[in-house]
Amino acid sequence: MMYRSLFPRDLFAELDRLQREMQQSYEVSPSIRGLARGGFPAMNVGGTPRSVEIYAFAPGLDPAGIDVQLEKGVLTIAGERNADLPEKDDKAAVHIDERFAGRFRRVVSLPDDVDPNAVTARYRDGVLHISIQRKAASQPRRIAIQ
Amino acid sequence: MSDNVEKKPEAARAEATLMPPVNVFEDAGGITLFADLPGVPKDKLHLHVEADTLTIEGDIVLDMPADMEATHSEVSLPRYRRVFTLSKELDPEKVSAEFSHGVLKLRIPKAEHAQPKRIEVRVE
Repeated sequence: MMYRSLFPRDLFAELDRLQREMQQSYEVSPSIRGLARGGFPAMNVGGTPRSVEIYAFAPGLDPAGIDVQLEKGVLTIAGERNADLPEKDDKAAVHIDERFAGRFRRVVSLPDDVDPNAVTARYRDGVLHISIQRKAASQPRRIAIQ
Repeated sequence: MSDNVEKKPEAARAEATLMPPVNVFEDAGGITLFADLPGVPKDKLHLHVEADTLTIEGDIVLDMPADMEATHSEVSLPRYRRVFTLSKELDPEKVSAEFSHGVLKLRIPKAEHAQPKRIEVRVE
């Protein structure tokens, strides 16, 4: 259905219509920039019967400066990313400025069965991968039938 | 040659890709581009300069357990791609690239003849 503004001069209605049309023309939303809504870094979370796996897409960080904390079932990833843009006094023109810069903090609440003492965190190719083991008691066990 | 150029945009549209965010700035000597490509190992990053088109492509490789089920995905496609058109005064032969911790830094210098020159005004 076409969406038509009652007031052709209404700029916001026009923008709204444009946005709807854009969304309709793409079935998947491929833009990583759209993730600015969800915040930096973008995160993927998955689970296996033995562990919970968290991937934070946080490129260009100093691994020593990433703060990962696990407290009361809540995982917090925080840090700071410096802007690579040139200093103001340089005679440089900035044409595109899309990359995140500044302090960030993201929080994930974890399932109840994770073991806070069995956490590993690795930073590779700009992705922070945190793996948290589930407690042994909650893992599926095969029960022998007598 | 012209066939190639015409086919490329269609191929790109067929496959959905992530658009990496970039910063681009220009100084007297050339253009510097930074692109965020987290999850791409060095050997999966592909840069092409063809005529006046710069293409940045990379495949994400994550170390995932085989039986993992995703419960939340913000990065839902395995590949990045972004294409830029270079302008005439840039020298595609001299592009240099660094890639570390998922950040690509490209430096595209201006061709010798396009470097800014101060023109002296003589009063006679």
